[in-house]
Amino acid sequence: MRGLIGEDILTEEGEFIINMGPQHPSTHGVLHLKIWLDGETVKRIQPNLGYIHRSIEKMSESLSYRNFIFATSRMDYLAAHVNNEACALTVEKGLQLEVPQRAKVIRTILSELTRLQSHQLWWGCTGLDLGGVTPFFYAFREREAIMEIFEETCGARLTQNYMVPGGIMYDVHPNFQKRVKDVMIQIKGKFEEYDNIMTGNVILENRLKGVGYLSKEDALSYGVTGPTARASGLSCDLRKSNPYSAYDQVQFDEILDTGGDCYARYMVRMREMRQSVSIIEQLIDNIPEGDFQAKTKNVIKLPKGEFYQRVETPRGELGVFIVSDGAASPYRIKYRSPGFSNLSALPIMAKGGKIGDLVAIMATIDLVIPDIDR
Amino acid sequence: MSTEELKNSITAILPSSTFDETGEFLNVVITSEELLPLMNTLRTKSEFDFDFLFCLTCIDWKDHLMMVYHLLSKTHQHTLVIKAKIADRNNAQIETVCNIWRTAEFHEREVFDLFGVKFINHPDLRRLFLSDDWVGHPLRKDYTDENMISL
Repeated sequence: MRGLIGEDILTEEGEFIINMGPQHPSTHGVLHLKIWLDGETVKRIQPNLGYIHRSIEKMSESLSYRNFIFATSRMDYLAAHVNNEACALTVEKGLQLEVPQRAKVIRTILSELTRLQSHQLWWGCTGLDLGGVTPFFYAFREREAIMEIFEETCGARLTQNYMVPGGIMYDVHPNFQKRVKDVMIQIKGKFEEYDNIMTGNVILENRLKGVGYLSKEDALSYGVTGPTARASGLSCDLRKSNPYSAYDQVQFDEILDTGGDCYARYMVRMREMRQSVSIIEQLIDNIPEGDFQAKTKNVIKLPKGEFYQRVETPRGELGVFIVSDGAASPYRIKYRSPGFSNLSALPIMAKGGKIGDLVAIMATIDLVIPDIDR
Repeated sequence: MSTEELKNSITAILPSSTFDETGEFLNVVITSEELLPLMNTLRTKSEFDFDFLFCLTCIDWKDHLMMVYHLLSKTHQHTLVIKAKIADRNNAQIETVCNIWRTAEFHEREVFDLFGVKFINHPDLRRLFLSDDWVGHPLRKDYTDENMISL
C-alpha cells in the first residue's frame, strides 16, 4: 500500500503508518507527527518540526540588544511578557544593572497575569480537544478581561514587547491597580465553576486518568520542565529555586503531584492558577513608587562574556544564553525553550497507548509550536 | 559542592582541563575527545550527580566550534558548564551524550542541523528544522544565502 507522499504506509511487521498534522486541529499549530500503529495502539512516534522555523536566533545576531527582544514575543506567543522579561534580565545581568523596585513588581504581576491567561487558554483548549465546547467559552470570558489589561498597559494583546533592558518601557496605566483587583475578584469566583464543569466530570476523568504516564526519572532525563514535570513529582519551579524579579518577596506554593499522568498535569495547572491569583493579590497593593526604568545608554553594549538566565514560563523553563564579543549586537543567542524539551518526551508518554489518547496527552503537555520551532 | 571543590575533583579526573570562572557558572574547557568519559563520570559519580542537562548548544568562533553543555545537579544544586572544543570545522564531529541525558537527542539534532556537527553514535541524526535537501548550516558565521537580507 502506498501513501500520498509515496512511502509505504504498511510496514513489514504489519504496522500502519499515519501522519497527524501539520494541519491537525489538536496539534495547536503546525506540528507533524508520524505515527506507527498496531491496530489502535501507538507503537512509535516521530515528531517532525520546522514548519514554522523563523531562525529567530540567526536574526538576533544582527539586531541590537534593544531590538532582539521583540522577536521573542513571537516565540511563545501566549507568554510574550515572560519571554521579554527573560531577555531583559539576561541583558541586565550582562550590564550588572539594578532594576528599580517598581519595575520588578510590575514585571512580576504581568508575568503572573500571563501565566493565568495562558493556563486559562490551555484549560479551554483541553476541553475542546476532549470534545467539550463549553469550557472554551468560559475560559475566554475571563481571559478577555486579562487581555484588556494588557492592551491598556502596553497597547498590544499578544506581542506585548513591554519589558525592556532596565525595567519596563513606560509606566502602567492609572487604572492598572483597580482593574487587576476587579479581574482577580471576578476570576476567583469562577474557579468553582471551572471545577464543576470540567474537573469533576466523569468523561474527563476517564479520558485523563492513567493516560500518558511520565515517570520522574524520564522527566528529568528528557529535560521536561514546568507543570508537565511537576505533575511527575519533579520539583523544578524556578520562581522558588532561582527567584528573579519580585518572586523572593511573595509567598506561594510550588504545586507538585505524583500521578505523572494526564490528570495530574491537569490538576497541577488548575492549582497553579490559584497560586498566581494569590501572588498578584500580594503585590498589587504594594507597587512601590519611583522610577519604572533604570537609565541605560542609547546603544547597549554588553561586555565580552557569556550570560545565562533561566525563567519560569507557563510551560516550563526558558533559558536565554547570550554570548557577547563586546559589540552592539549579540555574537550568539540560544533560546532553551520549554516546549522543545517537553515535546521530546511525547513519544515515550504515548507509546503503548491508544491513538485517541494522544490528543489528551498533547493537550496536557500544553504545546505551543512557535516556541518549539523558534 | 562548591566551585573550588568542583575544580579540584575535575582536575583529579582530567588534569588537562582548563577552567574559566569569569562568568556566572564554572566553565570547564576540554577537547572533543575527552568529552564522553568526563560526562559519564559527571552523571554517574554520586558526588557530582549532574542529572539535568538544561541546555546544549554550539558557538561558532570562526576558527573552531565550541560545544557548550549546561549541567545541573538536582540533588546537590550545583551547576557546571562543559565546553568541548572542536578544532576541525570542515569535519566537525563529537561523541553523542544522548545515552546519558535523553534530552540531548533533540538538542544534538538541532546543532547538527544548524551547525553541521556530526554526533557519533547518535540514534537518529537527521536535520530537525530545515528540510533534508538544505545546503549548508545557517548558524555558522560563514553561511551565505543569496536570499539573505542584512537587517
